[in-house]
Amino acid sequence: MPTHIAVRDLCVHYGRNCVLKDLSFEIQKNEIFTIIGPANSGKSSFLQTLNRLNELNAEFTKTGLVTLDDEDIDGIDVERLRARVGIVFALPFPLPLSIFDNITYGPRMHGIRAKARLAELVERSLREAYLWSEVKDRLQQPAMNLSGGQQQRLCIARVLAGQPEVILFDEPTSGLDPISTARVEETMMELRDRYTIVLVTNNVAQAARVGTRTAFFLMGEMVEVGDTKDVFTRPSDPRTDQYVTGKFG
Amino acid sequence: MNVRTEQRIAFGFLFFCTLLAVVPVLVILGIIAYKGMSALSLDFIFGMPESGMNAGGIFPALLGTIYLVTGAICFAVPLGVLSAIYLVEYSKDNVVSRLIKLAIVNLAGVPSVVYGLFGLGIFVVFLGFGVSILSGSLTLGIMILPVIITASREALESVPKSFRMVSFSLGASRWQTIRHAVLPHALPGILTGTILGLGRAAGETAPILFTVAAFYLPRLPESVFDQTMALPYHLYVISTQVPGIREDFRFGTALVLLMLVLILNLAAIVLRYRFRKKKRW
Repeated sequence: MPTHIAVRDLCVHYGRNCVLKDLSFEIQKNEIFTIIGPANSGKSSFLQTLNRLNELNAEFTKTGLVTLDDEDIDGIDVERLRARVGIVFALPFPLPLSIFDNITYGPRMHGIRAKARLAELVERSLREAYLWSEVKDRLQQPAMNLSGGQQQRLCIARVLAGQPEVILFDEPTSGLDPISTARVEETMMELRDRYTIVLVTNNVAQAARVGTRTAFFLMGEMVEVGDTKDVFTRPSDPRTDQYVTGKFG
Repeated sequence: MNVRTEQRIAFGFLFFCTLLAVVPVLVILGIIAYKGMSALSLDFIFGMPESGMNAGGIFPALLGTIYLVTGAICFAVPLGVLSAIYLVEYSKDNVVSRLIKLAIVNLAGVPSVVYGLFGLGIFVVFLGFGVSILSGSLTLGIMILPVIITASREALESVPKSFRMVSFSLGASRWQTIRHAVLPHALPGILTGTILGLGRAAGETAPILFTVAAFYLPRLPESVFDQTMALPYHLYVISTQVPGIREDFRFGTALVLLMLVLILNLAAIVLRYRFRKKKRW
């Protein structure tokens, strides 16, 4: 499968604090690339490097190269990049707007005004996020009225409406109950055909369930990367073995 | 002494202190309303002053104050809100921005008579606006600027960080984020702060003393370069500068001014209450 995102010698610092050390690997098109590791391993920092969201932090500096379709992400217009590489956060953060306006927020910011086009985008992305049947009759109601699981799928739909190529999931189910978690996981599996997915998770079992390939991060370093089943069944590094079998973490 | 009695005494004392804060407000309102109510009539509010302010009404002063407050808003609100946006959303935390913030805090502590002299120096004399509504409005505007900036900053800072994160993550630019994800949710707070600032501007005497207020001018102003009477100054004049003014006129004028300020404050409270009920985060 062709490479979608390539990372070369990436180091990330916040002030003097080194959070990511010498990362080099590739993420392929249409895979679910999962990143596991204990807290403070730099997993979320890595995700936010991919869409340059951590540039909002004044302390952030990086060296090395990240490319999207062989193009340096620093050379891509940052607003465009963030639409191409969408992110779903750990907590659902609906804006205090209607369901409809939440989903159309990104497209509207990129200049899409036509009502019909927006309505079409809303229906398509809600269907893709498996939320359409639950909310189709109340699109004008406040998004904050939805349940937690629905809000998270709304956030997925909101990212989809920007017509991204890559979707980053930053522990998307950490605040959800098991049933909502299962629905979000199903959604991710379905989306895999059309999008490249990078999933950061604290939940090792989740990585095993949905991942195609898995990377193990520890203290800012990538210990191991490989096919998910290899990482889980015959890891090459003893630390990976200890982590996936629950000896620490 | 047992714990329960001790607690009862403490509560009683605290309640008494709180009550003391309310008493002056009620007494002032009561006395002014009692002595001034008899003067209130449509002729008093909408009439011209006559025979050395001892007859007729206070309309030029009331209208003058409304003009001044309106002028102060037109100047201070855009400037104040835009500076607050810059300070909260754009400026980095460095020496310069901290100095600016310190200056704003200090601006709020400058005595109002100093603003009056400043207005006289800058607007009346140096810029040549003369003693006029324009000079007075600008002076009042500068005086309430720190109030508006501080209220707007607090309103902007109270908008959750996550709104900004989400907006940026969906590919909005910084300005789009401010315009669509921050400002709409800060607006109620900004509005409330602004109205409270206006209440202050409406009641101040010192800043308008040298810049706009006319002692006795029984006609309505015709342009922004006209002088005008204003309620707080008019009240000062008829209470202390001209002997023998009818008592009910003096208290009536005070009552109108007080009501103007109270209505503005009430509007701010109602507005805040209504927005708080709608708020969902």
